[in-house]
Amino acid sequence: MLRTRLRRRILSWAVSGFCGFSVAAALLPLGCILLYVLKQGVSTLSWDFFTRMPQPVGEAGGGMANAIVGTLILISLAAAVAVPVGILSGIHLAEYPAGRLGAIVRFAADVLNGVPSIVIGIFAYSIAVLPFRRFSAAAGGLALGFMMIPIVLRTTEELLKLVPSTLRDGALALGATRARAAFTVVLPAALPGIVTGVLVAVARIAGETAPLLFTAFNNRYWSTRLDQPIASLTVQMYTYAISPYDDWHRQAWAGATVLIGAVLVFSLLARASTRRLERMHRG
Amino acid sequence: MKGTLMTEVRIAPATKSSPPASAAEETPMIQIERLELFYGAKPALKGISMTILKNRVTAFIGPSGCGKSTLLRCLNRMNDLIEGVRIAGSIRVGGADIYAPRTDITALRKRVGMVFQKSNPFPKSIFDNVAYGPRLLGQRGRAALEGIVEKSLRASALWEEVRDRLHESALGLSGGQQQRLCIARAIAVEPDILLMDEPCSALDPIATAKIEELMEELKNRYTIVVVTHNMQQAARASDYTGFLLMGDLVEFGETAKLFTTPGDRRTEDYITGRFG
Repeated sequence: MLRTRLRRRILSWAVSGFCGFSVAAALLPLGCILLYVLKQGVSTLSWDFFTRMPQPVGEAGGGMANAIVGTLILISLAAAVAVPVGILSGIHLAEYPAGRLGAIVRFAADVLNGVPSIVIGIFAYSIAVLPFRRFSAAAGGLALGFMMIPIVLRTTEELLKLVPSTLRDGALALGATRARAAFTVVLPAALPGIVTGVLVAVARIAGETAPLLFTAFNNRYWSTRLDQPIASLTVQMYTYAISPYDDWHRQAWAGATVLIGAVLVFSLLARASTRRLERMHRG
Repeated sequence: MKGTLMTEVRIAPATKSSPPASAAEETPMIQIERLELFYGAKPALKGISMTILKNRVTAFIGPSGCGKSTLLRCLNRMNDLIEGVRIAGSIRVGGADIYAPRTDITALRKRVGMVFQKSNPFPKSIFDNVAYGPRLLGQRGRAALEGIVEKSLRASALWEEVRDRLHESALGLSGGQQQRLCIARAIAVEPDILLMDEPCSALDPIATAKIEELMEELKNRYTIVVVTHNMQQAARASDYTGFLLMGDLVEFGETAKLFTTPGDRRTEDYITGRFG
């Protein structure tokens, strides 16, 4: 009796300990990365970093204003490509799951999700850079958009499937067509989750470098034109990090800090918007 | 109890100035003939024929899986959505065969409203829930919609409880209120028939009593068909009752008669609680 109890207690301790260890092992790399990046980057981070342009080699100071704006433009372009395509195909998959087209789309999305980002970059290069003989922000946005589509698509599909079918039936019983029911009842019910999915996808592509290397290229000057090469935080960081100059290395670390901060803000935004929309729905 | 109820019904039309009551007295609304339904190869309804009268409450009772919900869902063609369903026989609503190839399903479902077992308000405001059907039919005018919403909510005895919070989420209502909202939503398009699929199975006795009271009220304007596994409810709230067993319509007739002097042994066994 006593021994059973002792054995149970030891087992319970061991399992709890193992769980605790696993949690620590999962969080440790994140903590280390955050700490290290902050330690390296914060010293260079100043108001100038956000508002000033890069300085020529040898001149101290300067910032990445063009790269920050460039990244925002590229993300917006990607979202403009991926959100409509992803959500509409997601609706198709969720509402007509049996169709042959659905199976093809689902398979294609999964394959696309697994394609290395550099390959997506090459593809965007071949369709949006080569024909115009010019690197451009539009091509970069397209490449990032291709990466985003499968994430938005599968999130939308999964979330739409979670909406109780009684809601769809309710709309159909009032005489709505399937499409009408999907857009006016099912989609709004799933919207909080879909918004979160889109923000998570944005956070994911904001850190991509490879697809931009030969699409958006880079730009040391201020540019917001879509038909011109454009700077981005990631490519700028890459260029600075492989350079031999200490000053540029510091700038690269500061860029990393900003990027991580931005991703964090997006994640928090996603959570906040979810909660807000849910509260609105629950009443 | 049942007797007085029936008397009231006969008296009610006389107090109204609208068309003579006797005209509506025995008008057939739905005529079902040799209806068969298969899920794949499995028969779920085996040759059902019955006539459902206008402005009456007709109840379908029977044990789980007897086909009563399936039969109900044939009446607004909700079974169309299920893969592998095959139907033979005919159903006529107001004289028109609803399984004829040219049937406009949207128009049919506007005529034949439905309330589900589990209340299913849309995640929208109370107002938008009730206005959903009229908007589908193209009603856009704000004033007209407000009128329809108020009328429907009054008809479903919900108006007084929600009039101050029409623009709050419908999901904040209690279970009974949600179900009455679904009734309001169904009658907002002015259907002829109201199908109710175990509308009270998730409600407490007080909310159930309110819905039953409402059915009594609503049958003056609508033909009501209700599925229930609660025999007391069928006995209390319906004028006609059909008893289904394994896809067969065993017995169909006036509720008072079916519950006091059932003509079939199986009906008697079921209503006396020997099985089911």
